[in-house]
Amino acid sequence: MTAIKKTDLLIAGVGGQGTLLTGKIIAAAAQEEGYDVKTSETHGMAQRGGSVVIHVRIADRVCAPLVPKGEADFLLAFEKLEALRFLPWLSPEGMVVVNCQEIKPLPVLIGVSTYPEGVAGRLRARSRRVIPVDAAQMEPVRRHPRTANVLLLGILARQLGLPQESWRRAISRSLPPHHHRINQEAFDAGWSFQPARQ
Amino acid sequence: MTSSTTKLMSGNEAIARGAYEAGVIVGTAYPGTPSTEILEQLSRFPGLRAHWAPNEKVALEVGIGASLAGARVLVAMKHVGVNVAADPLMTLSYTGVGGGLLLVSADDPGMHSSQNEQDNRHYARLAKIPLLEPSDSQEARDFVIAGLELSERFDTPVLLRTTTRISHSRSLVKTGVRNEIDRKGFQKDPAKYVMIPGYARRRRPLVEKRLAGLRREAERSPLNRTEGEGTARGFICSGITYQYVKEALPGERILKLGFSYPLPEKMIRDFAATVKEIIVVEELDPFLEEQIRALLPGVPVTGKQLFPAIGELSVNLIRRGTAGEGSVASGDPPETTELPARPPLLCPGCPHRGVFYVLRKLKLTVPGDIGCYTLGALPPLKALHTCICMGSGIGIAVGMERADPAAAASTVAVIGDSTFFHSGITPLVDLVYSGSRTTVLILDNRTTAMTGHQDHPGTGVTLQGATRPPIDIEALCRAVGVRRVFTADPLQLRELESLIKKELTAGEPSVIIAQRPCVLLGRTPSAPLRIDAQKCRDCGLCLALGCPALSRFGDCASIDPLLCNGCGLCSQVCRHGAIGATIPEEGDSN
Repeated sequence: MTAIKKTDLLIAGVGGQGTLLTGKIIAAAAQEEGYDVKTSETHGMAQRGGSVVIHVRIADRVCAPLVPKGEADFLLAFEKLEALRFLPWLSPEGMVVVNCQEIKPLPVLIGVSTYPEGVAGRLRARSRRVIPVDAAQMEPVRRHPRTANVLLLGILARQLGLPQESWRRAISRSLPPHHHRINQEAFDAGWSFQPARQ
Repeated sequence: MTSSTTKLMSGNEAIARGAYEAGVIVGTAYPGTPSTEILEQLSRFPGLRAHWAPNEKVALEVGIGASLAGARVLVAMKHVGVNVAADPLMTLSYTGVGGGLLLVSADDPGMHSSQNEQDNRHYARLAKIPLLEPSDSQEARDFVIAGLELSERFDTPVLLRTTTRISHSRSLVKTGVRNEIDRKGFQKDPAKYVMIPGYARRRRPLVEKRLAGLRREAERSPLNRTEGEGTARGFICSGITYQYVKEALPGERILKLGFSYPLPEKMIRDFAATVKEIIVVEELDPFLEEQIRALLPGVPVTGKQLFPAIGELSVNLIRRGTAGEGSVASGDPPETTELPARPPLLCPGCPHRGVFYVLRKLKLTVPGDIGCYTLGALPPLKALHTCICMGSGIGIAVGMERADPAAAASTVAVIGDSTFFHSGITPLVDLVYSGSRTTVLILDNRTTAMTGHQDHPGTGVTLQGATRPPIDIEALCRAVGVRRVFTADPLQLRELESLIKKELTAGEPSVIIAQRPCVLLGRTPSAPLRIDAQKCRDCGLCLALGCPALSRFGDCASIDPLLCNGCGLCSQVCRHGAIGATIPEEGDSN
């Protein structure tokens, strides 16, 4: 069992972006290493384009399934506005991995609200460790757009301290066999991603 | 080091697993968040029969029958479903059971996907039956097994209450093997099972006697236990709040109640004798607190003075509530403000969109109820005006007409197909019988969409994929006495509008079945439409459809080709002929 300290994460996205699945893979990887793990999900609205958030907690012994506000070590956001929405959960020392994708919510589409500007700056104002990623422009996401979540997970995974082999097994356990290869490729691309110097 | 018998499970999966291991052979439910996955998971195990009932009352009645026939039974529903099932539940308490019967109520504090946040622990007290409250997935599995044994030993239905954070959180569960139970068969015993007043009066004292026995059982139940150190204060918790207290205040003295009705009174008195003050930590109502205060005169008991009675509790709320007066130490950081909300919405191509567009255009009053179509209440459609409970729209429309007969010309009730089978048929009977003439729109998308696409009696497909004769909604409506019954395509706006207008003035009840399958049911989408920037006048009419594929781009509307599935509604509402499938893409040479 690799020794990692107690780790709290939030995964935020929009219904249909694979948020639930990403939470499952992280939990499976932690379980592979013998940790206690709890996750908590928002359901029901996920298919209808609403905001979706998953809490994942890893430790020797986890109590509450929800990360208390202000205590998340990591925020993995598949969409910029959702990163901002769940930023209050991040601890002052926490890290953000954020996809550069913008998905306009209905109030913006119909012109009664505007999409927030300067998201990266607002994230940096709270966290010194922000990794922005344009996942859509990276291989293999260009070929398989639906693997963006797993590529971003690969980037986060590198920071978590669990061995690569546990992630490999977690991906196999969490996805149907015909999706293993492309998702493993996407994960590996994230794992070896070099963030631009800020 | 993963043991082969330890799995990461949601609370709902763990409940199904516990039922399987306990030898349950019949499971029934009606879908409802956060309970839906219980029956879906249960149906995957061999050796038991699980099916969706048309509503929760029927689910419980089927459960009673199976129990009387000697089977162990699990019946699952969301909290408001228990209201529907409350009629049989209250009298089932008198008759008792045959095989063990566990009723799962999945409550939703915070109303993540519900119309209210009623605290269903009150039902245990009202029905005088035992209440179990697990605090994680392991306990969810264990308590189902314990609950079924309790049910048989005490001849009582048992209420197992989860909340969203139990049902929809995953944690590790040690599982066991299935324990096959010998089914005894129905024993005819009218004095026990026929609740006419003479027999019911004889059962009534037995209910009190049983309750006293259950109280003694709660005193020695391993589901109730004390832990931690300290003499200054003692916490009493049930359900998820146990986990919050453990995390917020590690090592504190806790009385954890897993078997939380009837209360183990002696255990609570003994616990109180070891500490100076009792703090009860529970979500929603002061259910435990009021009973405990009555039990401990002279002992300081607090609870709702420290923690809100509205919504969910959290680790931070426990910290703040116990930090002392005026303290905001460890409070939440300030909220990020002014972010646009991202509400759930009707999908691109959703057949409901066309209906609500027409209803809004005609400025009608629209009583509705619960399903994806409740989203028709939100901007920009804003064309649904009441939502109380499943099936309520038709009755409310009748009531509006009873109050003002002229209302029938400007009112239509809307109801989904699954909701119609759940509780829309009886109010339709009332509509006819009361002599009303209100128009009813049945939004038939061939599934129970909101809860994740469960089949229902109208599709005739079962939880296991078998087929039964599907109910013909048209014929059913005619059979209850509606003569004007029509089926229309909700994506043909002009035809739908003229049909609705005609039926509003028909002078007798009408039913319009707006029929088209849910767009998520795997239909091959048509090609995405395009907007001709030369013709678009930026009038915003298409944006009033509230379609996620449509947005304003500069001074022109724009369609996201990845989201659009070519339903064609926007091209029907455009008055400038600017939207179509054959409009050339910008930059195309031809």
